[in-house]
Amino acid sequence: MSIGWYLALSALVFALGAAGVLTRRNPLILLLSLELMLNAANLALIAFSRMWGDGDGQVFALIVMVVAACEVCIGLGLVVAIYRRRLPIDVDELRELHG
Amino acid sequence: MSATTAAWLALGFPLAGTIINGLLHRSERGARLAGVVGTAVLAISFAFAVVAFFALQGRDPEERQLVSSLYEYAAVGSIDAKLAILVDPLSVLMLLVVTGVSTLIHLYSTAYMRGDRGYARFFAYLNFFVFSMLVLVLAANFLLLIVGWAFVGAASYLLISFWYRRATATAAGIKAFVINVLGDVGLVLGTFFILRHTGTLDFLGTFEQAEALGAQHHGDLTAGLLLLLVGAFAKSAQIPLHTWLPDAMEGPTPVSALIHAATMVTAGVYLIARMHPLFEQSAAAADVGAIVGVITLFVAATIGLVVTDLKRIIAYSTMSQIGYMVMAVSTGAYVAGMFHLMTHAFFKALLFMAAGSVISAMGGEQSIDRMRGFRKAMPFTYGCFAIGGLALAGVPPFSGFFSKDEILLFQGELGGWHWVLYVVGYAAALMTAIYTWRMIFRAFWGEPNEQARELQHGHLWHPEQPTNPATGEVEDTDVGFPGPEHHIAERALPMRLAMGVLAVLAVIGGVVFIPKTTDWLETFLHPTFADSHIHVEHSDGLLWFGLALGAALGLLGIFIAYRIWGAAEGEAAAALRERVPALHRLFVNKWYFDELIDAVVVRPAAWLGRFGQQTFERVVVNGALIGGSTMVVRAGSAAVRALQSGFLRSYAALLLIGATAVILYFLLQS
Amino acid sequence: MTPIVFFVAAIIALGGAVGVVVLRNPFYATLSLAAHLVGLAVLFLLLNAEFVAAAQVVVYAGAVIVLYIFVVAYVGSTAASLSPPAGPGLRALSMLFAGALAVELFVAVLGTGLKAVDSEGADVALGFGSPGALGELLLTRFLLPFELATVLLMMTAVGAVVLARRRGGIEAAGTVTPAAPIPATLPPGVGSMKEGVGDINPVAEIGRLEPPAEAAALPASADEQSTEQEEQR
Repeated sequence: MSIGWYLALSALVFALGAAGVLTRRNPLILLLSLELMLNAANLALIAFSRMWGDGDGQVFALIVMVVAACEVCIGLGLVVAIYRRRLPIDVDELRELHG
Repeated sequence: MSATTAAWLALGFPLAGTIINGLLHRSERGARLAGVVGTAVLAISFAFAVVAFFALQGRDPEERQLVSSLYEYAAVGSIDAKLAILVDPLSVLMLLVVTGVSTLIHLYSTAYMRGDRGYARFFAYLNFFVFSMLVLVLAANFLLLIVGWAFVGAASYLLISFWYRRATATAAGIKAFVINVLGDVGLVLGTFFILRHTGTLDFLGTFEQAEALGAQHHGDLTAGLLLLLVGAFAKSAQIPLHTWLPDAMEGPTPVSALIHAATMVTAGVYLIARMHPLFEQSAAAADVGAIVGVITLFVAATIGLVVTDLKRIIAYSTMSQIGYMVMAVSTGAYVAGMFHLMTHAFFKALLFMAAGSVISAMGGEQSIDRMRGFRKAMPFTYGCFAIGGLALAGVPPFSGFFSKDEILLFQGELGGWHWVLYVVGYAAALMTAIYTWRMIFRAFWGEPNEQARELQHGHLWHPEQPTNPATGEVEDTDVGFPGPEHHIAERALPMRLAMGVLAVLAVIGGVVFIPKTTDWLETFLHPTFADSHIHVEHSDGLLWFGLALGAALGLLGIFIAYRIWGAAEGEAAAALRERVPALHRLFVNKWYFDELIDAVVVRPAAWLGRFGQQTFERVVVNGALIGGSTMVVRAGSAAVRALQSGFLRSYAALLLIGATAVILYFLLQS
Repeated sequence: MTPIVFFVAAIIALGGAVGVVVLRNPFYATLSLAAHLVGLAVLFLLLNAEFVAAAQVVVYAGAVIVLYIFVVAYVGSTAASLSPPAGPGLRALSMLFAGALAVELFVAVLGTGLKAVDSEGADVALGFGSPGALGELLLTRFLLPFELATVLLMMTAVGAVVLARRRGGIEAAGTVTPAAPIPATLPPGVGSMKEGVGDINPVAEIGRLEPPAEAAALPASADEQSTEQEEQR
């Protein structure tokens, strides 16, 4: 399979993740969709790494994984804190930061 | 000491006096010194003027036009601006007259203004005025002339509205200043017209090019001279820019004596005399000057016959006499004009000082309707008034007789249409004698009135409450209003001294230029006016005829006034008033000039101001421009604020849209 | 052989992705993500990235998914919200833009001038993608990002603890203190933008509105500080 196939798949998964971020109201699902997008980027990085024959892309992908893990940590911590305060778990309801 | 050094020192001392008096104004004790400082400074200045006179006379007649420059402001292109004075016979004559009369008036004021809370301020302003007048007179180029001109106008404003809490005084000050500024504009524009073709601001340099100007740029020269005449008329209160002078009598009497009789109003005459090489090149401008002068002298004399305010009668008399001077210097009778300027300064200042004394005796009241019979109560004042009146009426051997006749003789000698000026001049001379002695007889003869009776018993009458003599408003005597004390000549030595000196000068002043006998003045002024092209044939017959006519008209006028007001109570005048009420009304309303200016100038200006404020300022600027721009900004920010909704998903959507757009851009680029 | 594995793994990955976006129940969505991650790991193997694939399975499909499962269990699946959604228009618009993004990326990928995209990749040495190769890269060329990632992890750990701690110490662990509900609007007079433009709390009424009850926790510490200062004098 040529590299193009992997890149196309990555684009598709990325768009799906974006659609999920925009349409879901549950913050947990939102974070899952965010994970989708990050993984799509990882796939693209690995594909390019294979294309050039260079290990840089794989290192980059590892770091991305680290960042994603951290972000999931914090995001889920936020969800837990929201739940603790008896607030609705709904991103449409949580809109204090407005102008 | 050279003449120019003496002139610089004469110029500098009044300035020092202003500064010192201005600083003294703050402290109580210092304020009392102000009078001494002011007078002393002027006396020193007069001494230096005398030194300058002798230094100038010590030089050869060809070398009597000296220019001394102290500082060069700029030499750019055609503008050579220097701080330079011109010392020549004309300016030295003016210098002597200004400093001499000013010293006497300062002396008079030390007594007259005592008790006024603004004593030091008064002397500071007065010194400033003298300094400005000297700058004007000594200027060697148009720049300094304009500076002096403007300063003199400012000093006049400050002094007219000296009692600044009086509404009438401040209104009069504003009126004087506005008309003076009009004259300033004319002066500056006239300078431009002349400067265009001469390339120099210097007087002597300009006069050297006078013939070339007249030949090549006659139109511009005439236009420039007409504009200069506008300036001269505004400053010298000639028609139609004369309406400020009667109102200027709101100022204290010494101010009227100094500024509005002897010095400032003669600045226009000085200007025309100084610019005589240019005026001789343009017959049109000179004729305009002569015509305006003769109209003024006639109209002012008619008004003087009917007004009832003592100071205003003398003011109209000033206007009329300056009309004589303007007529003289416009037609080429320079020496005669300057002679009349000198003698007029003496007797007019004397008249004003005496009027101040009478007004003090009346407790501030200025209307001659209420004055009667002060002859026995105030003999010295009456004597001075009489001497001034005789000089003004042109009775020999007083000074006014010789100077006035000299002017009219010159008109006769010129011939042609100048005979009209001759006739009108003598007619006005008759009216002059009548209105002068009307004033004197009404105030001093007859049954003494209440104030005169009290004064005869040794008690100076004071009103219960000080009031504004024009409107009758009650005032207090604190700063900004006249002080509580009134000083008359009989009781104040400084006033007597000043008036005495002026009385002597009014009597003997004519001696400098008695026809056929002395010609000291003409010889003195010759270096300045040597380049005059106007030569007349001297006619002895006309000379004797004129002298006789002048004396006869003067005595006739006094006799008429005596018959109506001296021996009787003015019934004949009242009867005359009944016979020609329209004429009387015309004169009493000052020929309706004030109403004319109000309709033509003041109302449109007020309308423009109101339009600007209500329509333009409110609707256009505040509403459309400012309101509009704020509305745009608020709408814009409201629109942008709507983006910050707080919805996480809309933020994400915006991010996504943005990313898509960027990628699209890069795709399209490649 | 390779295409078959590719297509199977791709379909699993896509199916998982669709499942995450579509499924209502968060638990099922999480499981869907797990499937997606495994599919992706297979694709990584196809691309000679064995260490990354292993890390994907261990870290992502292992730890991260477990974390998600824990939180879903804690929070609960009752996600039925009472208020209506922000609007069906937003949903359609989002789909539209996601589609546009996909199209653009396709165009970018398939229309690229890079010839290598059409190939199967450069010739690689035998140790490509092995832990040794990656380790060498991490410790030589990418040492700084490696260390920074470490710092990031530490910060995350601290942050997560801070976010999830209970106020009031361990004694109050038994009780779930209901914190005061965050008011939907700020207290009057604090100066939000809406107040500034006059949308709410007009100035004339500020005095009449009552301020919210403030927690009186601070004065105790202020007293301690003042007594300390007195002792020092």
